Parts: sequence; C-alpha cells; structure tokens
Amino acid sequence: MTERHLHPDALLVRDLSVSFDGFKAVSGVDVSFAPGELHFLIGPNGAGKTTLVDALTGLVKGTGSASYGGKELLGLRSHKIVRAGVGRTFQTATVFDQLTVLQNLDIAAGLHRPAWRLAFARHGVPAAVDEALEKIGLSDLRHKPAGVLAHGQKQWLEIGMLLVQDARVMFLDETVAGMSADERAETGELLRRIGRERTIVVIEHDMDFVRNHADVVTVMHAGKVLAEGSVAEIQANEAVQEVYLGRTAKGNVHA
Amino acid sequence: MTTKLKSFLPLLGIAALAIALLVVAPAVLSDLRLNNLAKYCCWAMVAVGIGLAWGRGGMLVMGQGVFFALGAYAMGMHMQLESVGDGGIPTFMILYDPLAPLPAFWEPFRSGAFTIAMIVVAPVVVASILGFAIFKRRVKGAYFAILTQALAVALATLISGTIKYTGGDTGLSGFTSFFGYTLDDPLNRRLIFTITATLLVGCLVVAWQLYRSRFGELLVATRDAEERVRFLGYDPANIKLVAFVVAAVMASIGGAMFVPIVGIMAPKSMDAAASIFFIAGVALGGRAALFGPVLGALAVGYGQSTLSEQWPGTWIYVLGLLFIVVTIALPGGIASLATRGAGLLARLRSSDRKAASA
Ligand SMILES: Nc1ncnc2c1ncn2[C@@H]1O[C@H](COP(=O)(O)OP(=O)(O)OP(=O)(O)O)[C@@H](O)[C@H]1O
Ligand SMILES: [Mg+2]
Repeated sequence: MTERHLHPDALLVRDLSVSFDGFKAVSGVDVSFAPGELHFLIGPNGAGKTTLVDALTGLVKGTGSASYGGKELLGLRSHKIVRAGVGRTFQTATVFDQLTVLQNLDIAAGLHRPAWRLAFARHGVPAAVDEALEKIGLSDLRHKPAGVLAHGQKQWLEIGMLLVQDARVMFLDETVAGMSADERAETGELLRRIGRERTIVVIEHDMDFVRNHADVVTVMHAGKVLAEGSVAEIQANEAVQEVYLGRTAKGNVHA
Repeated sequence: MTTKLKSFLPLLGIAALAIALLVVAPAVLSDLRLNNLAKYCCWAMVAVGIGLAWGRGGMLVMGQGVFFALGAYAMGMHMQLESVGDGGIPTFMILYDPLAPLPAFWEPFRSGAFTIAMIVVAPVVVASILGFAIFKRRVKGAYFAILTQALAVALATLISGTIKYTGGDTGLSGFTSFFGYTLDDPLNRRLIFTITATLLVGCLVVAWQLYRSRFGELLVATRDAEERVRFLGYDPANIKLVAFVVAAVMASIGGAMFVPIVGIMAPKSMDAAASIFFIAGVALGGRAALFGPVLGALAVGYGQSTLSEQWPGTWIYVLGLLFIVVTIALPGGIASLATRGAGLLARLRSSDRKAASA
C-alpha cells in the first residue's frame, strides 16, 4: 500500500467527509488513486461512492483534503478541477443530445485551445478527436446526433470526451451498468488500454466485471472505507462478506 | 465536403434578404412604407440578438428594452443637441427651466464619434455587469426572465420620472438632422433606411458566424445541459455572458437607428410591453433558427402597423392568438415549417422507394 501512497502523480484523499443536513454520506475517507491501475470503488447502494466522487469533482462540498498534482481540489469549482486534469462521467450518461458525436468530442477538446478560437468554426477533425473516435469505436457514427446513440455507446462517448479532454484522472460512475456482456468486455478492454498511463477509478456493482478487471478494489459502506486490496483480498475479507451477505443474495461476492 | 458547403448555405439566404431589403424594397416601396420597413428592421436587429440569447442560449431575455433604450437615448441625445446647434440646449429643457444648464452627462453626446462609441460600449458595460451578477449566481429560467423584465420596468419608470434630463414620458423628439443630413430630405431618409438594413444584414452575418462556430456549439450545449458543460472545463456563466452581451449590443444598435427613423424616443418604446413585443416576433418566427427571429420580427412589425391602423385595439388580440397557436402547434416557430416540410418530403420519398422495391 505504502508505495502507492507515495506515487508522485497519485490523487491523495485524506479524511474526506460530506454531510447533507447533518447526515454523513461520506465520513473520514482516506484513499489514494494512482496511475496505471484500474481502481474499483464498490459498495452497497447508498454507500457514498457517488458522493465521494461528487466531492472530488466540485459538485458537493466536502471537508478534509484531496490533493492532486500539487493542487488542493476541495474548494475548487468543477471547471477548474477539470482543467487540473480530473474528469468524470455520470451515473446516467449525459452527452449533448443535440450535437453530433463529433461535435461532442470536439467541444470536449476545447479546453486545450485558446478562448478566441471559439469564434471560429471547426475545420476538419482534430487529431485527438479522430484518435478518440477510433479508440471508443464510434468512428462510423461520428455524424449522428448523440441523442440517438444506444446506452452503451453514450457511455463510450463520455469516455471519449474524457480522452480528448486528456483527463489524467477519470472517475467513471457505473459505466458498464446496463451494458450487454459483449459491450462490457469491450469496455473492459478499452479501460485497460487507456488506463496504462492514467488514473482510472470505476464505480461498479457487477462483481464479474470487477473480478475480471480490477487491480485494486476499495469497498465503501455507510460512508466509510471498509476494506481495500486486490480482488482476492477483498473476497477473503470477513467484514466485506458480512456487508454483502447481509444485504444481497449469497454468492454475489463469492461466486 | 458536403457538410462544409451546407454550412455556407445560410449565407445565400442572407444574401437574398440583403437584395430584398437593399435593392428591391427601395425600388418598389413609397417613402412612407420604406420608412416603416426601416422601423421593422430595427426591431429585427433586437430579434436577432434575442434569437442568440434565447433560441441558442436558453436565456429568456424579457428586458431587451433596456439595451434598446441605451442605444436609442444615446442617439436621441446626440440628435437633439445636433438639432439645436452649437452650445444650444434642447427645447424641452428650456420649457422646463429656461436657466438650467445642460446636464453634465449630456455634454459629451454633442460629439458624433462619442455617441457611436457609446451605442456599442454602453450595452457591453451594462450587460457585462448585469450578466456577471446574474449568471455567476446561477439565476436562470423564470427567475432570469422576471428579473430582466423588472429591469425594463425600472428603467422605463426612471426615464418617466426624470423629465428634466430625459424628457420623461413625452420623450425626445423634434430632431431635424442626423449626422449632418437633414431629415426633411427624402433622399436622406432613404440613406437612413439603407444604413439600417445594412446593419441588420450585419447582425445576421454575426449570428451566422456565431452559430457555426465552436462557440455556437458550446452555447447550445450550455442551453441543453448547463451543469455538464462545467465538466468540459468551461464556466457556463462566461459562455452565457458572451451571448447576452452580443444580444445587448444588437438591441442597442436597433434602438439607435429607431430614433432617426421614427423621430421620437419615449419610454413606451422600451418598457415591459415593448420588451414582450420584441420576444413575440422571435417566438413566432422560430427562436433557434437563423432566419426565424428576423422574419418573425418583420412580420409582427408589419402586422402591428397595418392591422392596428385598420382595427385599432384588435391587433394585440390577434398577436396574442397567433402567439398561442404557434407555441402550441409549432413550437419551433414558422421557420420550422421549412425543416418539417423537408422531413415530410424525405419520408414520402423513402416510403415511395419502399413501395417500389416491395
Ligand atoms: N444531494 C443529496 N442530499 C441528501 N442526501 C444525499 C444527496 N446525495 C446523496 N445523498 C445520500 O447520501 C448517501 C450516499 O449516496 P450515494 O449516491 O453517494 O451512494 P452510492 O454509493 O453512489 O449508491 P448507488 O450505488 O446507489 O449509486 C445516500 O444515503 C443518499 O441518499
Ligand atoms: Mg452512485
């Protein structure tokens, strides 16, 4: 664990808490997310996974600290956090339905362009956008409005938008939920490919997906970190078993 | 390549409108009708701005009268001073108090250059301050609409209440010349029409460029999912601010040209009712389409003049009814008829093909 904490490009979360009118949705979370590993965040419904990510991306107020690249993220506004290299997707895919796939990717690439260039139309397809289209497999659908995409394709488009944004840290909130088995496998491959030099944190309920792709798993329960480790370690953890067995059908964690 | 060509297609439409306004209209219309058309063009400039802010940006700007007034009063003060000559004082001020000196804020408007600069700078400054305060606080939707409308009411009341400085409800009038051209000469009035129509075409070109630019895409994105735009690394407040400021400048220019054309500027041309009238044309024409606001504003302006002459009092009900029918039956405005027609044609054709292949 310790060497992960010392990784120079890790996002370090210390004693992070979020309360809603006195209710502690996240309390005293310590966790580090390092580049090069697929880090999964699991836990029962209402455990505080989304709220943790919300706090790290400026959507809700949190106390404690979250430092990345020498910057304190807590207190920064969302668009500043994005510019610091930390991006995210949402539990329900939110692409811009009226814009085409290409336009969605192109405006996501905008933060690396000077502001005055906004006054002009796009000429051709920027290289980063082309590359992302290829990676997420939507090249053929580039001129389709994003609104007509299937659920899984929208999630890929969101990942593509993070790619052109060149987010160094990506939080993916239940990206594969609702995808077919094939789509899940493809998404897993995609995450492995793009995760080599990035920090990727995936919130997920599907234990098969976690087992197949996780390098590190952090289990949350009732706003706290319950356990952290490899898939094997997590499966052997009694506290984790108790939480899952107490809530869901037997075998969800084992199987 | 075809998509690239397609994005230039609207330029043809703008060119057609330019020819209709600058070549055809002066050839076929009487002086009086041409002057009326000039007035509608002023409203149409306001409308193009509303199309940008509301149609593309989702901000229901119900108080464009404020910016219309900024341009109109700047122009009105200048023309008033020009009409009374060097060192002169506007008649309404003399009537009010024969010994009063010219108020200090009037003095710089003796200069034509200063006036033209203010017609652009004043709305930029006012809209920037207002927009910054409004958008950074994340005021939107109905609150935004009501707030802008309240500003128009407040400004109209302020002008009404300061007769000594602004002419109050009677307004500014009795202009005799416009930047050295006497207003009596019909030829000069045609020149004013030409300037106005050219400015309107200019506003359309600006809107066209903004719509096809990356800014235009970002503005639509902000309209549809404001919070999501934050996660692209942009502050949506800034994007909305730009659209709001551009719309304000267009309204101000429209207001400025309104003065030499109509010959009088009073609060009733910019109050709450006038501001809603600006919106009505845009809604009828189609707020998100490039040509919707212009055509809507021209049509409503024309309807206003002709129908209200024939059946005074009825016009406002006709307008209200039209407004209701269009918003219910045709939310995209009259401009959406074109795309709907095209869609229908395409469907008919494809079903033909299916029938043929079956
Ligand atoms: N804006 C909010 N106001 C009040 N309570 C909230 C708010 N957002 C989340 N909560 C509460 O905080 C707790 C944690 O919610 P959160 O959405 O983070 O859970 P989660 O782990 O993402 O669950 P899921 O797997 O269902 O997505 C829940 O009890 C939830 O009801
Ligand atoms: Mg969640």
